[in-house]
Amino acid sequence: MTPFSYARAGDAATATRLGMGAGAKYLGGGTNLVDLMRETIEQPDSLVDVTGLSRTIEERDDGGLMIGAAVRNTAVAEHRAVRERYPVLARAILSGASGQIRNMATVGGNILQRTRCPYFYDDAARCNKRTPGAGCDAIDGFNRTHAILGASPACVATHPSDMCVALAALGAVVHLGNATGARTLPLVDLHRLPAGRPEVETLLEPGELITAVELPPLPCAVRSTYRKVRDRASYAFALVSVAAVLDRSADGMVRDVRLALGGVAHKPWRAFAAEAVLRGRPADEAVFRAAAEAELADAAPLRDNGFKVELARRTMVAVLNDLAGEAA
Amino acid sequence: MTTIRDAAQKVMQTAIGLAPERWLPGGTPDPLIGRHGAIGSSVPRVDGPRKVRGEAPFAAEIPAGNMTYAALVFSTIARGHIATLDTDAAQTAPGVVLVMTYRNAPRMAPPAVFLSDPRAAGASSLPVMQDDAIHWNGEPVAVILAETQEQADHAATLVHVTYTRETASTSFEHAATHAHRPDNVLGEPAVIEIGNAEAALAEAAHKIDRTYHTPRYSHAAIEPHAATVWWEADGRLVVHDATQMLNGTRWTLAGIFGLKEEQVRILSPFVGGGFGGKALWNHQILAIAASRLSGRPVRIALSREGVFRVSGGRTTTRQRVALGARADGTLSALIHTGTAAMTAYNNCPEQFSFPARHLYAAGSFKLEQKVADIDMVANTFMRAPGESVGTFALESAIDELAADMGLDPIDLRRRIEPVKDPTSGHSFSARHLLDAYARGAERFGWSARSPTPRARREGEWLVGMGVATATYPYYRMPGGTARITLTRAGHACVAMASHEMGMGTATVQVQATADRLGLPIDHVTFAYGDTALPPGTIAGGSSQTASIAATVTAASEKLVSALLKLVGNDSPLAGLRAGDVEARDGGLGHRTIPDRFESYVSILSRANREEVSAEAEAPMPLEVQKYAMHSYGAQFCEVRVSTVTGETRVSRFLGSFDTGRILNPRTAASQFRGGIIMGLGLALTEETLFDERTGRIINASLAEYHMPVHLDVPEIDVIWTDSPDPRAPLGAHGIGEIGITGVGAAVANAIYNATGRRIRDLPITLDKLL
Ligand SMILES: Cc1cc2nc3c(=O)[nH]c(=O)nc-3n(C[C@H](O)[C@H](O)[C@H](O)COP(=O)(O)OP(=O)(O)OC[C@H]3O[C@@H](n4cnc5c(N)ncnc54)[C@H](O)[C@@H]3O)c2cc1C
Ligand code: SF4
Repeated sequence: MTPFSYARAGDAATATRLGMGAGAKYLGGGTNLVDLMRETIEQPDSLVDVTGLSRTIEERDDGGLMIGAAVRNTAVAEHRAVRERYPVLARAILSGASGQIRNMATVGGNILQRTRCPYFYDDAARCNKRTPGAGCDAIDGFNRTHAILGASPACVATHPSDMCVALAALGAVVHLGNATGARTLPLVDLHRLPAGRPEVETLLEPGELITAVELPPLPCAVRSTYRKVRDRASYAFALVSVAAVLDRSADGMVRDVRLALGGVAHKPWRAFAAEAVLRGRPADEAVFRAAAEAELADAAPLRDNGFKVELARRTMVAVLNDLAGEAA
Repeated sequence: MTTIRDAAQKVMQTAIGLAPERWLPGGTPDPLIGRHGAIGSSVPRVDGPRKVRGEAPFAAEIPAGNMTYAALVFSTIARGHIATLDTDAAQTAPGVVLVMTYRNAPRMAPPAVFLSDPRAAGASSLPVMQDDAIHWNGEPVAVILAETQEQADHAATLVHVTYTRETASTSFEHAATHAHRPDNVLGEPAVIEIGNAEAALAEAAHKIDRTYHTPRYSHAAIEPHAATVWWEADGRLVVHDATQMLNGTRWTLAGIFGLKEEQVRILSPFVGGGFGGKALWNHQILAIAASRLSGRPVRIALSREGVFRVSGGRTTTRQRVALGARADGTLSALIHTGTAAMTAYNNCPEQFSFPARHLYAAGSFKLEQKVADIDMVANTFMRAPGESVGTFALESAIDELAADMGLDPIDLRRRIEPVKDPTSGHSFSARHLLDAYARGAERFGWSARSPTPRARREGEWLVGMGVATATYPYYRMPGGTARITLTRAGHACVAMASHEMGMGTATVQVQATADRLGLPIDHVTFAYGDTALPPGTIAGGSSQTASIAATVTAASEKLVSALLKLVGNDSPLAGLRAGDVEARDGGLGHRTIPDRFESYVSILSRANREEVSAEAEAPMPLEVQKYAMHSYGAQFCEVRVSTVTGETRVSRFLGSFDTGRILNPRTAASQFRGGIIMGLGLALTEETLFDERTGRIINASLAEYHMPVHLDVPEIDVIWTDSPDPRAPLGAHGIGEIGITGVGAAVANAIYNATGRRIRDLPITLDKLL
């Protein structure tokens, strides 16, 4: 670990002022950033601890929620309104990491956690994300856990978060701020695909702070779920995960649907193509299959991860079947 | 390699001369076999209270004044030379005390590799940091000592090394085309051929001929390897280590540093899990060298990545099992051959063909092991080396044959149960495998299993049951010495430099000594973990319990003689010889005349002695020369496999064991369960990913190296026959390793029963079942 300075910010203004410096990084629970610092993959000059900022979950009159960026993952998953109105989010969080890590991890840190590509972690490997232009050892190496959608010749890594997959499905909006102002970004737009610059992972400006995550009202999300498929029963990252909200009308048609995939791309993958196939069609397995096919039409598997295409297809269909069955 | 065989032969020759009566074939079995006292009861671990209170110091917790902390820099190529080595920034980093590289490291002899001499403990014979050559990806190229661990870790990141690469052997498939037969496999022949197995196979009415693959695995003990070391002013070396071979480490380190054995003291009272991995690797040697250069104590605690880079694990294998069967289900041919990856500098060929040498009767055999030389960190013994992955292949093939022939797999095993050891011809000292099967089948509800795959479905989950044989040899190591000291207060202390890695070694020895001397267990203590004590034998090959017990028996016989010499003419024991008396009720008594008895307290008081002590070496393990001595078990597994995702969940597991007498049901159950859990990892989740392009391990962390977590482990039922082996001390076998054997196949066979899919390539991850 490279020496750094540390400051605790009491409010957003202080945080963004301290966070403006070139080598500054915000510190949430530290469960990802500190690991990366130990490996010298991240070498900030200064850490601005933002865990003292908003830790509240505010229930809006319209049924939506405003979740402070410093709220711990466990607190989000345990919150009554989250469990009742957005069960997909509670389930996604609880399927991730371990109890201890979730107790430390913050909403802001979870969104900005970095890939688990093993070559990214190993400074003996070539990695464009770590060292732009160095090459990518994953493309021809062990890439069983890597992306099948939206990857580029420069990088085939995935975004590891479970929480973000649920947030993508729910249409969450991320509130940002820096020394000069505030703005919002839909979560689905916050993360980038790698293209030629895998080292740039989000649309955040330097020094920009996540202040909150807003969940818009979505009454049909009471019927929502998250299914995570992984290499052991717990404490492993998703090979594929599916977050889904299904609103089925009395006559068995899909009135509304939100679908997102994890473990398949450089960002939480909102399955817009599948949603388009589903909306207004009968909520039955044939349509679910067609939707999954549509979403995966452009899948480009690598040496070891071809199974993810079939796995993603099956998991999407199974999750939709479950929700349809529940609704019936 | 020939040195190994020479050493083994030398051991055996001396053995014949020293053969004591009790262990000789035909000698009387251990009198404690039939006795029920402390042995056989569920005594809690004697080391437990200290551990749960945090009062058991581990190697990385030993304090020392003026301590320095070590960090290692690892090579990033598999083979070649260091071209440039820039340590300037590290030298001047805050807190740095020393930067050691091949340029300034003291001259050290190469380690004596394990099995090159009975006393050798080196994991590899490669010299340590003596020149610019690189032999594996991850080899230490620099050691930093600093005032704090953080400073050392930071400075290590400032060392800049470049390399000239040479072509490395990192592809298993490629190296396997040049695979060669080792001179021997742990002293056994690398090839056994009886009859013409290939011809018999060709003619067989039913046959199975399959190839199985097993990957590399890591021990992943919870305590990363660590040592705290210093040099005394008089040139003696003190090493607080985490080791399962105290005396071997002492002898080997003495050789490396040109010391006399007496100048080296190794202490290792507590080890946070070994499983075969806690041996003499580079880190202890480098810490000692750095301590010599700096003149200060050194603590080295490997990072988890360091554990993967510096200490090897179980190696990868490719195995062929071919079975030829007659119409009645007996075997006409049993072929088990294959190749394991190894380095050119160590002796661990992963003895996967061992189970097939002893398990089943067959008309002909062809058993052969080869090794493929790979440039990697030396592989090593890992819980049931060979037997764990060997039983995966063999027991999967048996299941395939049973399915092919329409036989119940347990019924097939009844038909191939041998009368004598099939390859040595020796009688079995004790073998109740079929009994273990019968008990296990009954308890597990095996009769509910449908022989037809895919017959049971619950929602999206296919449910299946599988079974496989577990087996592990009985070993007893020669060379240990035990000292028993009996005090006037009637307390006995056994002292022997043995190892407690959490198995319960100390506890069962306290129990056994209590019974041996007729004392209550709270009057017995066991001193271990320190080479200042009489020498112990390695904690390996599940041999410690039997080895120590045999040694303590010998010492207790001497103690009895010593006590009889002390008794006066007015003692009820006057005139009795050792053969006339037995230890009971806190003293000695005539075997048949109850009132000819005198307590230890009385004997010592009347002789006016504070204590009496006796020391003896164990007799040579001749029992294994005359008998086929093995442990057995039947592993029953129920799995659920998702038809959607291919995920496997083990829903029930039962191990039914036949491992001689069970000395302590509590510690035994824990060993069996631990082995089975490790077997679930072997079967389903664990794999050390070795990038063949670079020879580098890429999942050197417990986040990415997937050991089973709680949710992967169902309740595990364990039962045992508890039939004593009349040829073994206490009638007991070691049980540390057998638990993992057979588990891989039991899981794979259950998956077949559930899904109709045979997976012959571990671990069985979900992609293989989609
Ligand atoms: C062994 C292990 C297993 C795991 N398994 C899973 C899993 O299965 N599923 C899963 O989803 N996750 C998993 N995780 C990841 C875990 O969810 C993340 O580490 C955690 O969510 C990060 O949150 P944090 O608050 O600790 O972030 P930190 O580590 O503090 O920060 C992460 C990043 O976010 C930035 N940051 C933090 N807060 C803000 C803010 N308010 N504004 C702007 N930037 C900010 C930091 O600068 C840093 O770049 C696992 C982690 C570990 C170590
Ligand atoms: S996939 Fe991306 S993160 Fe992984 S090695 Fe390639 S560039 Fe680096």
